[in-house]
Amino acid sequence: MLDTILYIVSIISLVVGMFFLLVATVGLLRLPDVYNRLHATTKCDTLGSGLVLLSLVLQSELAVAIRLALLIIFILITNPTAAHVIARAAYTTGIRPIVGRSESND
Amino acid sequence: MVFEQILDILYALGAILVMVLIFLSMIRALVGPTAPDRVVAINIITTYTLIIITLIARIYEQVYFLDIAMVYALMGFITTIGVAKYLEKGALDK
Repeated sequence: MLDTILYIVSIISLVVGMFFLLVATVGLLRLPDVYNRLHATTKCDTLGSGLVLLSLVLQSELAVAIRLALLIIFILITNPTAAHVIARAAYTTGIRPIVGRSESND
Repeated sequence: MVFEQILDILYALGAILVMVLIFLSMIRALVGPTAPDRVVAINIITTYTLIIITLIARIYEQVYFLDIAMVYALMGFITTIGVAKYLEKGALDK
């Protein structure tokens, strides 16, 4: 019974994580600006990879699950930091964000 | 058990889907108008590669792939930090 619940939770987590990864790639391809792309990719990518790794954590024994949990914590720390650094570098090199509606820009 | 077989098939399909997403993200890394666009694309490709490595470790039952995944995550983070600092200051040793 507990195994069945773990399998179902793992399948749901994997499918939802893959959906968020797909959303991240669509946002990376379709949005008009560096900051918009960063906004789309960072959050969807962190959540999606965290859910996929959670789905793997639920199916592993303890020694493997600890390593996967360390990977989740590492991703949760480094991904927003990298996004912050990229955004600051983009702003410093003179790329201004799009303000208001951008009908003429796309 | 049927759920276990479904989960194995879903892990393989997920690895294939993430591989397709890597190729789609590579379009942005090639086209992207400015340099930070390319850095964003490389950053997301690093995370996708990490997911593929962990899924392959589950499919082939090889535990030591996870250590490779950790090292890869660290290398991707340092790459992003280094390229962003180079863009910002024009050199790496300032």
